[in-house]
Amino acid sequence: MLVEIGHFALILALLVAAVQGTVPLVGASVRSRPLMDLAPPAALVQFGLVALAFAAFMHAHIASDFSVRNVFENSHSAKPMLYKVTGVWGSHEGSMMLWVLMLTLFGGLVAGFGRSLPTTLRARTLAIQGLLGFGTLLFIIATSNPFDRLLPAPADGRDLNPLLQDPGLAFHPPFLYFGYVGFSITYSFAIAALIEGRVGAQWARWVRPWALCAWCGLTVGIALGSWWAYYVLGWGGWWYWDPVENASFMPWLLGTALLHSAVVVEKRESLQRWTVLLAILTFGMSLIGTFLVRSGVLTSVHSFAVDPTRGVFILVLIALVIGGGLLLYALRAPGLEAGHPFAPVSREGALVLNNLLLSGGMATVFLGTFYPLFAEVWSGVKLSVGPQYFDATFVPILAPGIVAMVIGPVLAWRRGNLARALRRLAPALVGALLAPVLVFLFDRTAPPAALAGVALAVWAMLGVLTDLADRSGLAKLPLGTAWRRLCHLPRGTWGYALAHFGVGVLIAGVVVSTAWRSERIETMHPGQTIEIAGRTLRFVGVTEGDVANYHAQRAQIIVERSGRAAMTLYPERRWYPVARSQTTNTAIATNGFGDLYLALGDPDGKGDWVLRAYYNPLVPWIWFGAVLAALGGLVSLSDRWLRLRLPASRAAAAVAARSVDSR
Amino acid sequence: MILRLLFTALLLIMVGEPSVRAVEPSERLADPALEARARSLSQELRCLVCQNQSIDESNADLAHDLRVLLRQRLVAGDTDQQVLDYIVKRYGVFVLLDPPFAPETWLLWLTPPLLVLGGGGWLLLRARRRRLDPAMPDLTPEEDARAALLLGDQR
Repeated sequence: MLVEIGHFALILALLVAAVQGTVPLVGASVRSRPLMDLAPPAALVQFGLVALAFAAFMHAHIASDFSVRNVFENSHSAKPMLYKVTGVWGSHEGSMMLWVLMLTLFGGLVAGFGRSLPTTLRARTLAIQGLLGFGTLLFIIATSNPFDRLLPAPADGRDLNPLLQDPGLAFHPPFLYFGYVGFSITYSFAIAALIEGRVGAQWARWVRPWALCAWCGLTVGIALGSWWAYYVLGWGGWWYWDPVENASFMPWLLGTALLHSAVVVEKRESLQRWTVLLAILTFGMSLIGTFLVRSGVLTSVHSFAVDPTRGVFILVLIALVIGGGLLLYALRAPGLEAGHPFAPVSREGALVLNNLLLSGGMATVFLGTFYPLFAEVWSGVKLSVGPQYFDATFVPILAPGIVAMVIGPVLAWRRGNLARALRRLAPALVGALLAPVLVFLFDRTAPPAALAGVALAVWAMLGVLTDLADRSGLAKLPLGTAWRRLCHLPRGTWGYALAHFGVGVLIAGVVVSTAWRSERIETMHPGQTIEIAGRTLRFVGVTEGDVANYHAQRAQIIVERSGRAAMTLYPERRWYPVARSQTTNTAIATNGFGDLYLALGDPDGKGDWVLRAYYNPLVPWIWFGAVLAALGGLVSLSDRWLRLRLPASRAAAAVAARSVDSR
Repeated sequence: MILRLLFTALLLIMVGEPSVRAVEPSERLADPALEARARSLSQELRCLVCQNQSIDESNADLAHDLRVLLRQRLVAGDTDQQVLDYIVKRYGVFVLLDPPFAPETWLLWLTPPLLVLGGGGWLLLRARRRRLDPAMPDLTPEEDARAALLLGDQR
């Protein structure tokens, strides 16, 4: 019964979306207040209906209702409860439900919190969001119905892919989709602004919080995915330049560019056209990413051809969303107000460079991801584009961006002075030049690329610290005053500082873990020891047993440091009989500065086992850095200047109070 | 107790993986220099039956065979390039994860640098054409500081 209610709610949501996507648009063009006022309640109702459908679908999973085809195919009565819940988005149908839930959530949020928006802009934005919802809901109902019944109902399910029965992957999709779909609202804002023919500082002020919101979600989502790959794939890699990873990375790169260019629109009323274009393309990349993952087109053109209905549907949706957006852009953008000019060396100039490099990097990832497909279609040549390509192209494009990332924030708007900026950054500059020298003295075999990476990481981290010290007047004022000034820096500044510092931490993790990792792969018999990174690993033996829905082979390894047992690790292999699949479960011991990483390999049948041991220095910093960056986004989001409903009078009062306070 | 459990949970992360992979101890060559070359070569070769994995990472039988094959070629005295050529002749360019610079990949290799350099050049040209109005003087440092104060030093 609940399943039918869910199905019905989904269809009703489609109808509401149709109304939301049309009536307010007409209302805004004929200036009819009642028609425009339909948008917010419609968005809220659409969200409510989709949430109801989602809840019904989730209930079917939790209650293990195997008469629902999707539950039968992706669940099992013995599956742990956590994975019954998270298994909801483990399948294609479920992930599309999560997608549309996020889409309508953002529509509902704008309806609820967007009261300060001009009526026409709000009506148009919500209408575009409604059209996006209509397309997605139609896709779900027509090609991927999650409520499909199976009669007679089977006694038990086929179980979820064991790979997905994992905390990292369980929470990866909600964050990722929050990010992907969050950019739908910036798309809707951009289209609405194009229809209105006006993009100004005020528009950027409304759009930035949403872009920040989506960006934070996407950052955390990608970090979780990469962390999962790290501990699951058994040899310590954390980024593979796999099409599925690239699918999430492309909107992230453009979204990052969008965040920065929107700052220029807000503060300086410049780059308006470019920012609108970025908003359209960022969501376009989110859709293309979904298409990549959902259609299976890149794993093989043939798997796409077997069941092209879904792929073709999404392809048409992408063509309409991106094509329609770009067409409108081509028609309307020339009419937008031209931005204020600025010198190449200025804060704006640095942000333009940031945008150029991020978009160039995105184009490179796009090309590398799709080139094998293009090449096969055009010339019949089957090619591979692996990590070597991205290392050789993407990294050199982004590296100057890291250099500029530190200089940009200390340049003045409109016209900056590079020499003065570098003088302000002198401590960071000295540190960045000194660090690789020290590292080289320590390790004469260090590759030049690693030394350059160390320099960049130190530059990024020290650069932020230097700027913060400078802004608080640490060198000129008494310590107490400087401390107070530091505490009173606006949250936007703290957000920037956290995020940019996080990037430095991330680079340090990437560079050090890649260049200085150690590896031992040995066949071990009980009692044998091996040495790795100053630790002795004693292989005790392997025990077997049945746990929940799998059979486990568990190795016991005692880690000794300077002759004493420091800890015991248990890498294991699991066999899932229902899903008929084997997984290997790594054991990782981390101290924040490095991971000891163990994976159990195959037995040789004579009582010996292959053990893979790695020591990955600074690898946790990759995720610390990503979390810091996302945290920076949140802090910036909480900045009162970005609050949507801040009345102008209160802002003025705050400024007045501040200037009195500082005397 | 709970703290200890939490700590252990933080310390040990144990999770699933699609079966362990990569180089087996039995495949290894005795000569460390040769083995190092074998490892770096196997990172450049694609496992043909896997999704986007190098033979260094894959535990598929075919990847194992290729790892053994390339070590045989190295022992026989081939250079790195000869080993790659030998394998490409049998399996096609598809096995190369690092696509070679050839007419069919010119577009792939040249687009990124041209795009960024071209974009940068175009932006610089445009900036030169749209010079700042010299009649509008820069703020003095004092004015700058005052403005920053009034604006709450917004970023």
